[in-house]
Amino acid sequence: MQIGILYSRIRKDEKLLLGELRERGHEVAKIDVRKERFGLESTTADVADLDLVVDRCLSTSRSLYATKFLDSYGVPVINSPETGDVCADKAKNSLALAEAEIPTPATEVAFTKETAMEAIEEFGYPCVLKPVVGSWGRLMAKIDTQNAAEAILEHKETLGHYEHKVFYIQEFVDKPGRDIRVLAVDGDPVAAMTRTSDHWLTNAAKGGETASFDLDDRALDLVERASEAVGGGMLGVDLMEVGGTGSGEYTVHEVNHTVEFKALDAASEVDVPARVVDWLEAKAAAAADGKEVTA
Amino acid sequence: MRVHGRLRGTMTNDTDPVLAEDPITGEEIELPADVEVGEIIDSPVTGTELEVISLDPVVLEEAPELEEDWGE
Repeated sequence: MQIGILYSRIRKDEKLLLGELRERGHEVAKIDVRKERFGLESTTADVADLDLVVDRCLSTSRSLYATKFLDSYGVPVINSPETGDVCADKAKNSLALAEAEIPTPATEVAFTKETAMEAIEEFGYPCVLKPVVGSWGRLMAKIDTQNAAEAILEHKETLGHYEHKVFYIQEFVDKPGRDIRVLAVDGDPVAAMTRTSDHWLTNAAKGGETASFDLDDRALDLVERASEAVGGGMLGVDLMEVGGTGSGEYTVHEVNHTVEFKALDAASEVDVPARVVDWLEAKAAAAADGKEVTA
Repeated sequence: MRVHGRLRGTMTNDTDPVLAEDPITGEEIELPADVEVGEIIDSPVTGTELEVISLDPVVLEEAPELEEDWGE
């Protein structure tokens, strides 16, 4: 099959994917979105003969627009622009999870420093302030005191991009020093790992130590439902254990739509790129037949 | 892949390391044999992130700075 990869930076994740696709004899077209233009009816990118395009854009804004345009031309895209739209924005992400009755941390959005402060005071300390768009744990604040809250809100209001004036405030979940990352394709888990750190942020990008994790039935159910809640696709579903390690109770705090998997591939015994490409092959075949497929 | 002549870098074949010029220091550096256009390489000289702009000839540039909306 002919697969397009939308990108602006080739990470280890994309190299793993490219390697697996080429090893299986697929033709791969790398599409650097920085070099292309997207019109209302066509694009400079050579996508006409592609069976499927996989969005691996590092930049969320580019990801959202490029997939939307390709979708409008009728090019099958993974993940869909609808899924990207929900996952790229933490507020939309939280709403989708809540609407699907999936346990997720209590969250409020406020638009002024004053109302944000009211929300923070109601949550109590500590609580968490996050940018609505962002990743890798960047610009996340665990707020321990009123003084800290006032200072952070003022900084965000004064210095930030307009999105920083959308204050996304969340309860602090006292997780057991780790969270869980699951890579799932249309709700079917490929592999899972824990990310452990003494720091409250346990992201692998922040240096969290990774280890393979076996999902229990409850977690499997939540992953499947979380995937469905955001529109399905190839996703990174993040869960935290509530009530201590091995409690069997979870809260889903985020679903990521351009999921990185190099750390998962290293931590797990699963051949992650192979499983991903299995699924992509099925999606491409289904797209060619004009029908939907699930994992 | 074979490259005739050397401009800012050189590839010999698919298994040999790829040689290229560090755009900041001008020193010759070695890249992995399977290097891709668009890949980011840490300069072994300065630690600076370098982007592979082309492979034939091999051209490196200083990689773009991290932006706020980057991530997964």
